[in-house]
Amino acid sequence: MLPPVLVLASVAIGLVPAATGLAAARWPYRSPAAAIVLWQAMGLGWGLAAIGTLAALGADRGSADRGGSGVAGDALAVLARAVHDLVGTAPPPGLLAALRLLCLAASAALLALLSWVLVAASGAVLRDRRRHRALLSLLAHGDPKVPGALVVDHPAAAAYCVPGLRSRIVISAGAIDLLDQAELAAVLAHERAHARERHDLVLLPFTALRRAFPWSVPAQRAHAAVALLIEMLADDHALRHRPARELVTALIRVGAASPAGTPAGALAVAGRELTESGVCTRVERLLAPQQGLSLPALALVSGAAAALVIVPAALLLLPL
Amino acid sequence: MNRLGELERAIMDVLWESETQLTVRQVGSRLTDRDLAHTTVMTVLDRLAKKGFARRERDGRAWLYRAAASREAYVTELMLHALDQTGDRSAALASFARRVSDTEARVLRRALETGGDPARS
Repeated sequence: MLPPVLVLASVAIGLVPAATGLAAARWPYRSPAAAIVLWQAMGLGWGLAAIGTLAALGADRGSADRGGSGVAGDALAVLARAVHDLVGTAPPPGLLAALRLLCLAASAALLALLSWVLVAASGAVLRDRRRHRALLSLLAHGDPKVPGALVVDHPAAAAYCVPGLRSRIVISAGAIDLLDQAELAAVLAHERAHARERHDLVLLPFTALRRAFPWSVPAQRAHAAVALLIEMLADDHALRHRPARELVTALIRVGAASPAGTPAGALAVAGRELTESGVCTRVERLLAPQQGLSLPALALVSGAAAALVIVPAALLLLPL
Repeated sequence: MNRLGELERAIMDVLWESETQLTVRQVGSRLTDRDLAHTTVMTVLDRLAKKGFARRERDGRAWLYRAAASREAYVTELMLHALDQTGDRSAALASFARRVSDTEARVLRRALETGGDPARS
């Protein structure tokens, strides 16, 4: 059998080109939900494999006192022994042992970083939303034209969902002027799907990843791809209640009327290019609908997703 | 909306409409249709000040209140956040459609008229 460190390293390294490939692929548009599951598994699998690779390099797997308790257990054993030696009067560690400890430290640091950014990103998002809700409760009002939604009196066209335990759907006065009754209903159906299925939670880990590695193109691509897929998921929900044409004209009108984005910097520009083509891709998909993935293809995607999480987790935790 | 939220909103409306700073009693007197206790108005103004929506300064024994920013400024803040233009890109909201360029919009409209694929039109 291959040594765990090789398996973990090839998963961690191989997932980077795989993410680029998945971001460019067209099949996810046929079954957005399956593709989102795969993206989640790739994210989780990459984290586990990257942490595990460093831990396996640090854990002295060849030595006689191998714990036989998986990479994580062995790494902890090595750490415990190092601490014991440090407290006692053992001679200073050799170069190889020092390098091992360095790998273990890097592994622990990566685990701490990934956990921290997830917590920090969630906190930032929750704070932003709380402020937004407070402002809405002071400023927004209901309108019989858009039942169940809040209206903000601003001429720019905007329609969005503020997710939460009690999600809010908000439409600007500009959007109400811009869209006819049928288009408004399509927009509401789309936003209700976001609110009901909490698509924001699906996107959150990718937002966190982008914050942790702002210079990383794969992290940017993964975020943009998942953001587009949840829009497609909501489009599909809207289609169950409204004809495609209403949704398409609403998309084009709101997209063309939205003011241009301002965030500066090369990555922000790259992000904007992706979101710009996003509306086009969605329209294209709505006008020429394709069949969802076949059952065997769905099974393949689910199997790959499961393997990406189970294999690194098993190498970390089980005595293999 | 709950009663407290509704009161906060009514009191902010009073502050936004006023040209000058107002005492608690003046705010209460402009909400005549509600018949609010003085302490209720004081509590809500205190909450608004703590949330940062109202500013206050002491004038002798009374507090003088005003809105921290104009209604328009807050509406603009809401919209900038909604359109993801604040620069933090925190994805706190899910926007229906992002900006498309004029060229893209033209291509998309043509595709819609022909009912076909915009990539091929």
